[in-house]
Amino acid sequence: MKFSESWLREWVTPAIDTSELVAQLTMAGLEVDAVEPVAPGFSGVVVGQIVSVEQHPDADKLRVCQVAGGNEDSVQVVCGAPNAREGLKIPFATVGAKLPGEFKISKAKLRGVESFGMLCAEEELGLGEASDGLWELPVDAPVGADIRQYLSLDDQIIEVDLTPNRGDCLSIRGIARDTGVLNQLPVNEQCCDPVEAVISDKLDVELRAPEACSRYVGRVIRNIDVAAESPIWLQEKLRRSGVRSIDPVVDVTNFVMLELGQPMHAFDFSKLEGGITVRMAEKGEKLHLLDGSDVTINTDTLVIADQKKAVAMAGIMGGEATAVGSDTRDIFLESAFFNPIAIAGRSRAYGMHTDSSHRFERGVDPLLQEVAVERATRLLLDIVGGEAGPVTLVEAQQHLPQVPDVILTVARLQQQLGLTLESNLVEDILQRLGLTILEVDAQGWTCKVPSWRFDIEIEADLIEEVARIYGYNRLPTATIAAALPIAGIPETRQGLPALRQQLVARGYQEAITYCFVDPAVQQQLAPDLNALPLANPIASDMSVMRTTLWSGLLPAVRHNLNRQQNRVRLFETGLSFVPESDSSLHQESMIAGAITGSRAPERWVDNQEAVDFFDVKADVEALLQLGHIREQYAFVAAEHPALHPGQCARIEKNGVLVGYLGQIHPRVQKALDLSQPVFVFEMQLSQVLEDELPFFKGVSKFPEVRRDLAIIVDENVSAAALCSTVRQNAGEQFIDLKVFDVYQGKGIENNRKSVALGLTFRNSSRTLTEDEINAAVECVLKALEKQYSASLRG
Amino acid sequence: MENLELLASEAENAVDQAVDVVSLDQVRVEYLGKKGLLTGLLKSLGKLSAEERPAAGARINEVKQQVQTKINFRRDSLENAAVETRLAGEAVDVTLPGRGEDVGGLHLITHTMERIESFFTRVGYTVEEGPEIEDDYHNFEALNIPAHHPARAMHDTFYVNENTVLRTHTSPVQVRTMKSQEPPIRIICPGRVYRCDSDLTHTPMFHQVEGLVVDQNVSMADLKGTIDQFLKAFFEADLPVRFRPSYFPFTEPSAEVDIQCTNCRGKGCRICKNTGWLEVMGCGMVHPNVFSHCDVDASKYSGLAFGMGVERLAMLRYGVNDLRLFFDNDMQFLKQF
Repeated sequence: MKFSESWLREWVTPAIDTSELVAQLTMAGLEVDAVEPVAPGFSGVVVGQIVSVEQHPDADKLRVCQVAGGNEDSVQVVCGAPNAREGLKIPFATVGAKLPGEFKISKAKLRGVESFGMLCAEEELGLGEASDGLWELPVDAPVGADIRQYLSLDDQIIEVDLTPNRGDCLSIRGIARDTGVLNQLPVNEQCCDPVEAVISDKLDVELRAPEACSRYVGRVIRNIDVAAESPIWLQEKLRRSGVRSIDPVVDVTNFVMLELGQPMHAFDFSKLEGGITVRMAEKGEKLHLLDGSDVTINTDTLVIADQKKAVAMAGIMGGEATAVGSDTRDIFLESAFFNPIAIAGRSRAYGMHTDSSHRFERGVDPLLQEVAVERATRLLLDIVGGEAGPVTLVEAQQHLPQVPDVILTVARLQQQLGLTLESNLVEDILQRLGLTILEVDAQGWTCKVPSWRFDIEIEADLIEEVARIYGYNRLPTATIAAALPIAGIPETRQGLPALRQQLVARGYQEAITYCFVDPAVQQQLAPDLNALPLANPIASDMSVMRTTLWSGLLPAVRHNLNRQQNRVRLFETGLSFVPESDSSLHQESMIAGAITGSRAPERWVDNQEAVDFFDVKADVEALLQLGHIREQYAFVAAEHPALHPGQCARIEKNGVLVGYLGQIHPRVQKALDLSQPVFVFEMQLSQVLEDELPFFKGVSKFPEVRRDLAIIVDENVSAAALCSTVRQNAGEQFIDLKVFDVYQGKGIENNRKSVALGLTFRNSSRTLTEDEINAAVECVLKALEKQYSASLRG
Repeated sequence: MENLELLASEAENAVDQAVDVVSLDQVRVEYLGKKGLLTGLLKSLGKLSAEERPAAGARINEVKQQVQTKINFRRDSLENAAVETRLAGEAVDVTLPGRGEDVGGLHLITHTMERIESFFTRVGYTVEEGPEIEDDYHNFEALNIPAHHPARAMHDTFYVNENTVLRTHTSPVQVRTMKSQEPPIRIICPGRVYRCDSDLTHTPMFHQVEGLVVDQNVSMADLKGTIDQFLKAFFEADLPVRFRPSYFPFTEPSAEVDIQCTNCRGKGCRICKNTGWLEVMGCGMVHPNVFSHCDVDASKYSGLAFGMGVERLAMLRYGVNDLRLFFDNDMQFLKQF
């Protein structure tokens, strides 16, 4: 809502300056978004009148005018505007005037003819758009008057950003009411006495959708002069509210909307065929709108129709065919109450948003319609003449908004505000807000809410009103006091921060990427999942929900690789959104990482070998080892559409899938435009964070014994398989196993490999004998030989 | 015996001449060994008279002791010199960087959220989280935002389908918590939220931390105190804080919270649009309709709720001047925090 300060001050006159007024509105919940002067600074411009016009002797396009209005009777001004003509009143910048932009007017010679000043267009005074002629002032403009005073340009435009509940403040009257309440001042109502009918013409009105339109006021006005000009005060008020002046009829309806908050519409009476019906649109009904567009109206949309056709989308926009035009003589004025529910969302469905729909969606005072019609009639008769018919009021009583009385209790008010307010203060605030106190007792107040405050429905609303007018910042401040019970924290559940810190300590930088990703990237990484698309994405490359965090991390890796960062280590935690086969959606918390570049940061000492599978695996292991159940995890060679077939592992916990790690498949790497190999992991957080309590196992005083075995097996036998066989066969004294070397090459047959295993034995109550250990090792070797044709390396 | 003085001076000379521990040991053997010259003198004592023998023996032993002491002293100094030589060879350039991994870092948003969480968890709030794809009921309906409510236009919602949205705030977590827990409730709900808006000051995804307290007798004074204390703790400054009446469908009364501009200290600047104030949070008392959706007895309990944008607070706290940097994930940006 945009309005000029001077207009507001016609309604209410607080003795405070602009900045105080603005601060007051903001602190009362009517947040002022901007304050700007109505006109830029200029001086020395008066209302001038062109007394005579002669052609310039040496220039076709210039005229030499004699202009009255300055200090002398008349002065000579050379002017190039095509509309300069005798008798015209225009803004006249006299010699010595300063125009916006520090442009000073002085005596000049144009093509040899002296010129004493300048005749101005709106644009030159910073008051309007570019036009090709002078600003034609009204004929009654007082010649010689300072233009700033004549147009009241020493004024501010205030823009208030209203919250959706304050539809009542979408008018000068509404803002004035709140200003009055805040300053304890009365509001100067500008409304007028009813205009008596002098003709009997009227239109029948039928409310066929009374739940959507429960009140409709109409009036016929005949014999208007649509060619009349809107008076300058009207044009200026509209301009200052950001509304363009069109013609006097439209200007008046817009003015009443801005002043009182009642959107109105004027039809060309002669183009209406029969009486008015307010009904829901029929299927496929079409309308050519005022803005030139054609719409097919949905059946959920309320229309105004005559006996033949729809003539307006109710509360949104009128139709072109019945609009007031230059040949209009008779009009039919509409001032209706449309239920917010019937209008809300409709204009958006057609891609429209009008001043009218904006107000009806938020709510219009259901008792305002006759007042608005009278106000508009009065103004129209004053400006365009004509004869008014009787006011037609049709209403569906049972569908009018029912405003319940609201009870404010002393106890609740005190409890909610943490403050006891004097009852006469509370009553004063309520009454100033326009509430009628129906009943007072020791418990509190029963209030009747005025028709324009349809947002007040319950006690909490009244508490807010009292607090708002009293001043939020005058309310007390307290520290919450509460019992302090100690609550358990499950120790078998690790915290996410510890995981994050582990990765940070291992050189990872945390990333946060968008959850909606490029479907092309998503397709590369999870081709067999149908990632959930958004119905209204913000961009095509942000249009599906990620099924894996890699969809965001890999583009982030690429972003950095493309910016001279060739060593990148990123991780992220967040949800993945995986569609299930039953078309439900699984939202799972994941932790994922991606590394690329050298194993160590560039240094004088470390070599610059590139990271490989075992680097990312070490990072995964470092996460899994934060808990106490590392032996429950297993890495199993696996396939994944995004990963290198020979460097990909499933991470399992007791056989259940926890995640994947591996190298990004070279094909995917190329498709994602990654300039070097990238290694990634991703795991389900809920699994990784699960832990068990460690339990003491005893400490042996006896020495441990280690035996190292180098065995030769087929190259496809996994270390995990060998280890498992060792563990099963090493006997009760076995406590630990290390794989400390893997070798292929000279001295080993093709397709075979040497694996060096270090077995450690210990007994908790005695020193082991050589024989016992030999027997255990023998047992292990036999089992390895049997299962994997393993032989001891010679 | 006349040899004694001569031998002593020879021995001491030899000790001084020894250049290392090995040659020093040779000197020891030569003079003090079993067949050493000084030891030999002891053997010649037999030639002396019984009267002379004790004095001469004592004299020889004294000299031997003197030489041994000299040798010991010389050995220590030779050993020390050897250690020093070795250590000198082992000197490194201590200004060269250490071996191994550089430390990475948390994203500034995570850091800020963890910091915010810590203020609240320390005084007994618990952290609650919830799904980011929500149904219409939890994101809107239960929060007193029915279909076609004008407030829905404030939300610029991403839709998955007619009934499913990307949550526009973390408030659905409040609903879920109130439905599953009995008061007293003191929670904060951090997380990602989504709005279909992208320009200089909006990213389509951002982070919120919301708080909810439901108990008997919770008041606006508690709300004001909580927020005032939080903001002062967050900015570690005695910042003026003000509350402006506002509107949210899920709270009544509702307020916007401004802090004095952290850039100009209230004098007015570009960042605060010359108002001297910065809007940082929204808050209010839980609306009775929300309570009734969540089966909380509004006659017995009252509640306060607040919500803040993490990016906004982080920008103010750390001087980040472009919101979009948070999600570019450029190392140049990430490494600064």
